[in-house]
Amino acid sequence: MNRFAALLDRLAYEPSRNNKLRLLTDYFRSQPDPDRGYALAAMTGGLTFAHAKPALIRALISERTDPTLFAMSYDYVGDLSETAALLWPPPQARDEALAPPSLSDIVEQLHETSKAALPQRLAGWLDMLDETGRWALLKLITGGLRIGVSARLAKTAVAAMGALAPDDVEEVWHGLRAPYLDLFAWVEGREPRPVTDDPAPFRTPMLAHALDERDFATLDPTDFSAEWKWDGVRVQAVAGLDAQGLGVQRLYSRTGEDMSQSCPDMLEALGNAGFGEVAIDGELLVVREGRVQPFGVLQQRLNRKSVSARLLADHPLHIRAYDLLMENGEDLRPLHFMERRARLEALIARSQPARFDLSPLVPFDSWEALAQARFSPSSAGAGEDADAIEGVMLKRLQSIYVPGRPKGPWWKWKRDPFNVDAVLMYAQRGHGRRSSFYSDFTFGVWRAGANGDELAPVGKAYFGFTDEELGLLDKWVRNNTLNRFGPVREVSHGPGDGLVLEIAFEGLNRSARHKSGLAMRFPRIARIRWDKPAKDADRIEALERLLRD
Amino acid sequence: MAAGDVLSLTPAGLYCRAGDFHIDPLRPVERALITHGHSDHARAGHGAVLATPETLGIMELRLGERFAGGAQDAAYGEPLTLGEARVSFHPAGHVLGSAQILIEAQGCRLVVSGDYKRARDPTCPAFEPIRCDAFITEATFGLPVFRHPDAQGEVEKLIASCGLFPDRAHLVGAYSLGKAQRVMALLREAGWDRPIWIHGAMEKVTAFYQAQGLDFGDIRKVAAQDRPKLGGEIVICPPSATQDLWARKFPDPVVAFASGWMRIRARARQGGVQLPLVISDHADWDELCATVEDTGCSELWITHGAEDALAHWATQRGLRARPLHLIGYGDEEEAEAAPETQP
Repeated sequence: MNRFAALLDRLAYEPSRNNKLRLLTDYFRSQPDPDRGYALAAMTGGLTFAHAKPALIRALISERTDPTLFAMSYDYVGDLSETAALLWPPPQARDEALAPPSLSDIVEQLHETSKAALPQRLAGWLDMLDETGRWALLKLITGGLRIGVSARLAKTAVAAMGALAPDDVEEVWHGLRAPYLDLFAWVEGREPRPVTDDPAPFRTPMLAHALDERDFATLDPTDFSAEWKWDGVRVQAVAGLDAQGLGVQRLYSRTGEDMSQSCPDMLEALGNAGFGEVAIDGELLVVREGRVQPFGVLQQRLNRKSVSARLLADHPLHIRAYDLLMENGEDLRPLHFMERRARLEALIARSQPARFDLSPLVPFDSWEALAQARFSPSSAGAGEDADAIEGVMLKRLQSIYVPGRPKGPWWKWKRDPFNVDAVLMYAQRGHGRRSSFYSDFTFGVWRAGANGDELAPVGKAYFGFTDEELGLLDKWVRNNTLNRFGPVREVSHGPGDGLVLEIAFEGLNRSARHKSGLAMRFPRIARIRWDKPAKDADRIEALERLLRD
Repeated sequence: MAAGDVLSLTPAGLYCRAGDFHIDPLRPVERALITHGHSDHARAGHGAVLATPETLGIMELRLGERFAGGAQDAAYGEPLTLGEARVSFHPAGHVLGSAQILIEAQGCRLVVSGDYKRARDPTCPAFEPIRCDAFITEATFGLPVFRHPDAQGEVEKLIASCGLFPDRAHLVGAYSLGKAQRVMALLREAGWDRPIWIHGAMEKVTAFYQAQGLDFGDIRKVAAQDRPKLGGEIVICPPSATQDLWARKFPDPVVAFASGWMRIRARARQGGVQLPLVISDHADWDELCATVEDTGCSELWITHGAEDALAHWATQRGLRARPLHLIGYGDEEEAEAAPETQP
């Protein structure tokens, strides 16, 4: 466990991708099976421990510390696992003969530990580990490593052990299981490529680059096709046949996470669609009575671990198909977009499936026309679904489907954000990377009150600024505190001494939950207006004009 | 007599009426007793200064010859009479010359700790606990999450990283008075026998330590043309320099930072640190608690840091605890922790 903990510790601080790869490859080369395989599983999201919940950690540490000191420490550190790892009392007499457990000991024993026996077993391990080991163990079992290593990067490091490309590993990945003995044997040249019999494998999706408006000068509109960028969740729906000829359906997220369990209705629709064997790239949406619902509605559905019958009925899932990657065993990815699109259109027309439809193309003959469509999707064919559109996608007609994010073939052109100048009212210390810094900012705009103008809080933002700006904001908060309420500080926000923040946001909705009656979508700090007096910040009327009725 | 009759809080900081002096005043005063040479405690412009000879030397070095109207030496353990008060300076183990100040007045014994630590430090005499009625302590790391590990293990981490990344320069951010020299001494104890490279900003203080008889082996100042060639070498510099243009000329630098704040991951990440080294010149939680007990005090004042947690702990043990919330101390440590936030 100590070697794994040291790796996680070092990875968590290393920003450079290449140096991360070096640390990972060095670890995989130097560590034995099955430890390294479990480490790989941990970093690719392949390990879950049903009974290990944050509440368990909280209970264990509460038994061992003064509640006031725990509360102060947690507020300061901002991360439960880290707080518990630091506060854990060192064993009175460390038994030198008791070697700390290995990663495989922990993983294997955790799987066979009952819920009732878990606290004692965990406490025993924590007594044997040092601070870094305790932190790593708690992060591992609660599934929140947050070390800046994607599954893709971990697989790339494995590929780099041999002379393989990351996609070689990706292609066999979904047929393999932890601790990946056959994978390591393959990359080390000791055994042939593992045979994967996964009938419905994941394929790395193709992603788009954000379009800068200056890019238009270099792009020709006749080379591109445009579609709406739907505000849902990008998915891959795969239908295949197993060895017995029975249908197998799976739904993957864009990172290859299997979402099948939380989407039984979508899986059933895929099984009944009459597609044959296919891999469809599309957007997962909630559609009620033919109308695409806003992203928030989809989120309500996906946030639930268990899906009730009621949720299934109220939040029916739907896939809007973008692309066809495989049809009846034929890999379509080497075909041009327009050819794949024709195959997709034919498939949908032939099958007339429930809960699947085609992402419509947006006709345009110049960038000006496309800009107009992006500005007003409802008048460019999107009709009532316009609220669920976050921009347009451009796809080069002659492009093949390339896994990853190649620059050039696909572009996303998001809608412009809205901006408002608001006054900082409250600040709260952040969590994670931002803990100990005041980094969650509540801001308000002016409105007429009983005693003249007052500020109405309209939202909270916790990103958009650089680390340097965060330092300045943190300092400003500490120097301009009026009141403290636990972790929250009220700061000066008078017309003469308040700080103005330019807030960018994606949309505005009416909300009964908020005092101002407004809820901002995706607010972030676009600029700190050190120059602007608070009295000149915006008024609530400016926001109310933006409300869609 | 209660401690409050001997020491009071003025806008300039702690003041002793019986002896008519301030301790580590935040603004210029007539007579100042200085615990140690860090700039948040030792400021320029006082009428008369009383401090250990090492602290006076450091003040002269950093603030210039005319740092005060007059200066007087106080050797460790030698009592002096100031007005109605007797004062003496005792080792605090924080940096070279650092002292706690014992005040005896009106039948009461008070100890003002200044900054201190209990962990071993080869570059300065160890902290000596003094029995007293009232203990006025710092609490920079006054939360039970701060438990500093053995500093030697942290230095070994640094040496191991030089082995793993032999082509990358290892820049160690360390405060130039005290921490830098302690890291040098620890590196030598751990067997690092290559030259230790230093930033120009630490040259003067390091030479002062060497003149006091401390041997750090081969110490070399980094010249501009050396920088690209220092892969696998250890370079000690002020924390802010690790984020400067200065740092970019080194081959793919590993940014390390030697500070007690490195115990908290978010602190390290915020500072752009890749190799946090938990090496502190302040007492950690266990040391703070043990020290309060060692003094046998019945009253505890807490000058700065995480006062509330230590006050809570002391109150539960039946002590009278008083957080002073003094603003102005600890800024140097803050600057160490987040160098990039300095405007």
